[in-house]
Amino acid sequence: MILKVDKVKKYFPIKKGIFLLTAGYVRALEEVSFEISEGQTIGVVGESGCGKTTLGRVIAKVYDATSGRIFYTPHGKENNAIAQAAEIRKNTEKQIMKNYRKDVQMIFQDPYNSLDPRMTIGDILAEPLQVHKVCSSEAALNETVSQLLLKVGLYPEYASRYPHEFSGGQRQRISIARAIALHPRMIICDEPTSALDVSVQSQIINLLKDLQKEYQMAYLFISHNLDVIYHVSDWIMVMYLGNVVEIATPEALFEDPLHPYTSALMKAIPNWNPEERSLGETTLQGEPPSPIAPPSGCPFHTRCEFVMERCKTDKPRLSEIGQDRKVACHLRVQ
Amino acid sequence: MKDSQTSARVRRAFFKHKLGMVGLVILAILYLTILFADVISPYNYLETHRNFEHVPPSRIRWKHEDEWKGPFVYGVKKVRDPETLAVSYQEDQTKIYPIYWFTQGETYKFLGLWETDFHLFGLGKEAKGFLFLFGADRFGRDVFSRILQGGRVSLTAGLIGTFISVVIGAIIGALSGYFGGWIDTLIQRFIEILRSFPRIPLWLTLALILPPGWPSTWVYLGIVVVLAFIGWMGVARVVRGMTLSLREKEFVIASRIVGQSNFKIITKHLLPNMMTYLVVVATLSIPGMILGESAISFLGLGIKEPMTSWGLLLKQAQSLSEIEAHPWLMLPGIFIMVSVLSFNFVGDALRDALDPYRTVEKV
Repeated sequence: MILKVDKVKKYFPIKKGIFLLTAGYVRALEEVSFEISEGQTIGVVGESGCGKTTLGRVIAKVYDATSGRIFYTPHGKENNAIAQAAEIRKNTEKQIMKNYRKDVQMIFQDPYNSLDPRMTIGDILAEPLQVHKVCSSEAALNETVSQLLLKVGLYPEYASRYPHEFSGGQRQRISIARAIALHPRMIICDEPTSALDVSVQSQIINLLKDLQKEYQMAYLFISHNLDVIYHVSDWIMVMYLGNVVEIATPEALFEDPLHPYTSALMKAIPNWNPEERSLGETTLQGEPPSPIAPPSGCPFHTRCEFVMERCKTDKPRLSEIGQDRKVACHLRVQ
Repeated sequence: MKDSQTSARVRRAFFKHKLGMVGLVILAILYLTILFADVISPYNYLETHRNFEHVPPSRIRWKHEDEWKGPFVYGVKKVRDPETLAVSYQEDQTKIYPIYWFTQGETYKFLGLWETDFHLFGLGKEAKGFLFLFGADRFGRDVFSRILQGGRVSLTAGLIGTFISVVIGAIIGALSGYFGGWIDTLIQRFIEILRSFPRIPLWLTLALILPPGWPSTWVYLGIVVVLAFIGWMGVARVVRGMTLSLREKEFVIASRIVGQSNFKIITKHLLPNMMTYLVVVATLSIPGMILGESAISFLGLGIKEPMTSWGLLLKQAQSLSEIEAHPWLMLPGIFIMVSVLSFNFVGDALRDALDPYRTVEKV
């Protein structure tokens, strides 16, 4: 186990007025729990604004969680995991935090924003190495940068160029090179393919899979593309309005979605066969409710076709159903 | 190689801006002139000439009694109005003083280093007449020489003051925007309070703090610091705004995830990405500095005699009767106007070239 996320919440305060008093909260993330181990990929799906990116950023410590805990097992102590795990908090011990920064990296959605336009590729890739003082000399640093570029399928000569000279796919490769520079144990992939065209998407996904095999890294793979998620994940978490509504293996989830929201998502996948182009019947109406004032009870009850009285007042818990499967729905869990 | 296409586009856009080019040429001439002010000016700006108080600008003549003589000036003689006893000057056409290039004149220290009496042009060392291009002031000092010398103070105070204020403004603005929260609130309210004071009284108060016993060069530095003290706030606000938008960019977040320190993030990622805007802001805030120095000196709290600046020169033209009797004392005002306009033109050209979407407003 690398990471255990326990009931993590993230509320963004809405500040108003001259004195910046908190007028309310954007409830981006509600009590999310999961574990992730070496070599594992957990896919996170959901529509825009469901908290996928927030989850990734809370884990990457870009944001501090409002409540809940994140446990991190330092390298080499995986066996007696929980006992050795360090909690990642607002003021974690410096050395632990440093290791955590080294071990958990991130790849971003927008390849045009994720590379500093004023730095050369070489400088961009050297930054993590310099921060953690991995290379002893300038020559070693340059050598490492060249190796990184080769690893992601680019030429070492590119080190002296600037990001604007590259295409979207190449930039995403550079982002990947930066993420693996420190040999992290976990990478948060925040929609790494959604800004790319389809042919490049598959290259990037294959690259990520190859690197995973080589380094035994864990991926938290965030996407709204169900096909991609199906392809890469060992586990899939379906999120709706900051809540995890279902966790399952890809096969189970795609064949037999248990949560009404998951089945609605499945129906929205276009068919690859042009003869049967029509989508499944759309059962989902309207927009997701605002996370500032989420509905009472089940967050999905305002749009659910099987809504019951109980759903409006009673929030379903994410409960185990059968083997390796969790769902948060009153229909399934009594 | 760096951003080759972008920089080529920027250069092209900059050089295509006509007003900006006019401004640039004028500024180049002005700065060259003040650099060689001692050589170009025909007289030592400190030298007083008795019996030549308030002499009007000399007319440069070419012909004497229809005979070609080359450039020369006539001598002047003082005449008194028999009724009002007012003094006025008339050309004395019996005396002819030719103008020479590369001649000798009053001694001065070239760039403060060594003594010389070489001048670009003048009437020569022995001439009894005077070449007052822009007239003389009430001590008989050559206004043209004094304007050149005053330009040294006025034009450099603007540059140095802007440099200091951009440095302070960039640091404080970046801190305010990057850390946000109560630091941001504190800094922003502080800036608002300072900015809500009327500018001129604030300048004057700060200028009053400078001890009157200070030597001129110290006073000059003091004035520059006073100007910078007011000027950084506008820069800080612009930088804060840009920091707010930049810090959410994914490359900054990526740098944080790697574990980069806040200081390095600001210096390596945020400030370099703002550099072009800072250049524009700086150029556009130089005119304000020049005007500020002039205002302080005009009101008598800035540069002190015998050092001089354009604002201090204008001080002599404070009363209406002075302007009526000696209109040439207004000439430094034209220099202020021209240099301020030129900086504005260059600043606009730079902005159009570097910042086509006009993210920066004037500060």
